[in-house]
Amino acid sequence: MLRYILKRLGVLLVSLLVASGIIFTMLEVVPGDPASFMLGINAEADTLAALRRELGLDQPLWQRYVQWVGGMVTGDFGISYTYQVPVAELVMARIWISLPLALFALLLSTLIAIPAGLIAAGRRGRASDWAIMGTTQLGIAIPNFWFAMILVSIFAIKLRWISAGGFPGWDQGVFVCIKALLLPAIALALPQASILARVMRSSLLETLSQDYIRTARAKGLSQRRTVWAHAFRNALIPVLTIIGLQFSFLIAGAIIIENVFFLPGLGRLIFQGITQRDLIVVESVVMLLVFAVICVTFLVDIAYVLVDPRLRKPT
Amino acid sequence: MMKADLKTNGLILPVSLLLGAGLTGVFVMAALVSFIWTPFSVETLNIAAKLQQPNATHLFGTDHFGRDILSMIMVGARVSIAVAIVAVGIGILVGVPLGLLAAARQGGLVDDLVMRSNDLVFAFPSLLIAILITAIFGPSALNAIIAIGIFNIPVFARVTRGSALSVWTLDFTLAARVAGKSGVRISFEHILPNILNILIVQGTIQFSLGILAEAGLSYVGLGAQPPLPSWGRMLADSQTMVSFAPHLAIFPGVAIIATVLGLNLMGDGLRDLLDPRLRRMR
Repeated sequence: MLRYILKRLGVLLVSLLVASGIIFTMLEVVPGDPASFMLGINAEADTLAALRRELGLDQPLWQRYVQWVGGMVTGDFGISYTYQVPVAELVMARIWISLPLALFALLLSTLIAIPAGLIAAGRRGRASDWAIMGTTQLGIAIPNFWFAMILVSIFAIKLRWISAGGFPGWDQGVFVCIKALLLPAIALALPQASILARVMRSSLLETLSQDYIRTARAKGLSQRRTVWAHAFRNALIPVLTIIGLQFSFLIAGAIIIENVFFLPGLGRLIFQGITQRDLIVVESVVMLLVFAVICVTFLVDIAYVLVDPRLRKPT
Repeated sequence: MMKADLKTNGLILPVSLLLGAGLTGVFVMAALVSFIWTPFSVETLNIAAKLQQPNATHLFGTDHFGRDILSMIMVGARVSIAVAIVAVGIGILVGVPLGLLAAARQGGLVDDLVMRSNDLVFAFPSLLIAILITAIFGPSALNAIIAIGIFNIPVFARVTRGSALSVWTLDFTLAARVAGKSGVRISFEHILPNILNILIVQGTIQFSLGILAEAGLSYVGLGAQPPLPSWGRMLADSQTMVSFAPHLAIFPGVAIIATVLGLNLMGDGLRDLLDPRLRRMR
């Protein structure tokens, strides 16, 4: 068990190292250099030189990489070029929108998908199965930003139930904030819930075809009891994998959805960074998101062992 | 054996395959026809005819510049399909040989590299990196293709490796070895034809993901640039007008959904048709 965790921890560290290397290299191959990219083509030579010095571009490559990584480990993400404040400050102000949004969407998606998958599997081949599977097929095909626009035009513009965008801030009370995050979370959750419901259904069907389920039924257990006592837990393992993977899709999806709803989260920060050529912000926020995803993957790996005792034995 | 199987049972094509191929076909046709004919030009503006609801002249209505939505969707299909095809093409051309090589020398350097880079790509939110790539190299359809294409490489490498490994355990590869053929030659002459069906199914799925990714990128302004119409851009432009001109958002959205749905149904249908094991289970 401990060996397994240590091994996963090693994978986590290597992934982080490679990921930071890739992101760093990508910004190195910017046409010109980051300083001239940030200032545009009409920049004065001495302004350019000053910014180069400020960004440390006169130092060798490896030294800058070590400084960047070292800075992030200690919470120093550099200073935003356009805002003139530490990037860490910008991130801290926005993470309390992006993180609750992603978790809210994950919660919605799981709460919808698992019962839907269970019903579809239990009523396999019948009308309700077809209806659920048809809906999920559609849910996968709908781009979430389009769904978001439709939600806004119905619930915010036509019915005026909810405001069309923006975020009141957590000091305005939890209820109004959850209300503001509701439509974005639904839009984010739809495709994920569709995928998850399909996985839940096929995973449960697969488990129900196993020998030990037949044994359980043969010893007189009811179908309902068999599902709850034996099949459900085992069928959850692939579902858990997908939930973990979906976190990464939720984060990426949130970048676009935040722009639809004008939510001042990390996604909007990245886009502002891109349009204002504030590469330090873009670089650090992307790295932070990748870090979050890699950590979640790690946690899912650990969660496996807790759900599936077979994995605890050293292989 | 597989051929015989196809002959006896394959005549009943899965409904999803027919439906999916039909839906996809409509948009491929629309894209092809747009090269020689569109109802109206997508480049000339006609402010007098702006924001018309769908009517007899403009079946899908017009946008705020008076451009015909149907014509824009036809040209947009071209962009979406081209981006997705090339992106999938990059994935196949690089990923499949890598996967074959990894399987031929299992446990070797290429194998390790393929498996590790695969782990890494799963850790990266692909859209995030695509956004980063297009942000750095400038927004254009070409950079969108590259950004989406890069993420297709490990997907195809992994699928190819996995299915190639199971073919390698079969006796006829041993026979080919005995006949003195090299690992590379066996891979291309014997393994590849046997895993082609799996690659076709995967290609269909990646194609639909490519369409969605392109739509997302061009929606945030990082895909095809104006005046070239693309479905994602049309949706972005419609956002401020959706309350009084909902047709601007509905038609491009439905185009994306129908194409992706068609491709997914086609993928499911092809899998049912090509995988005899699955067909028995149904």
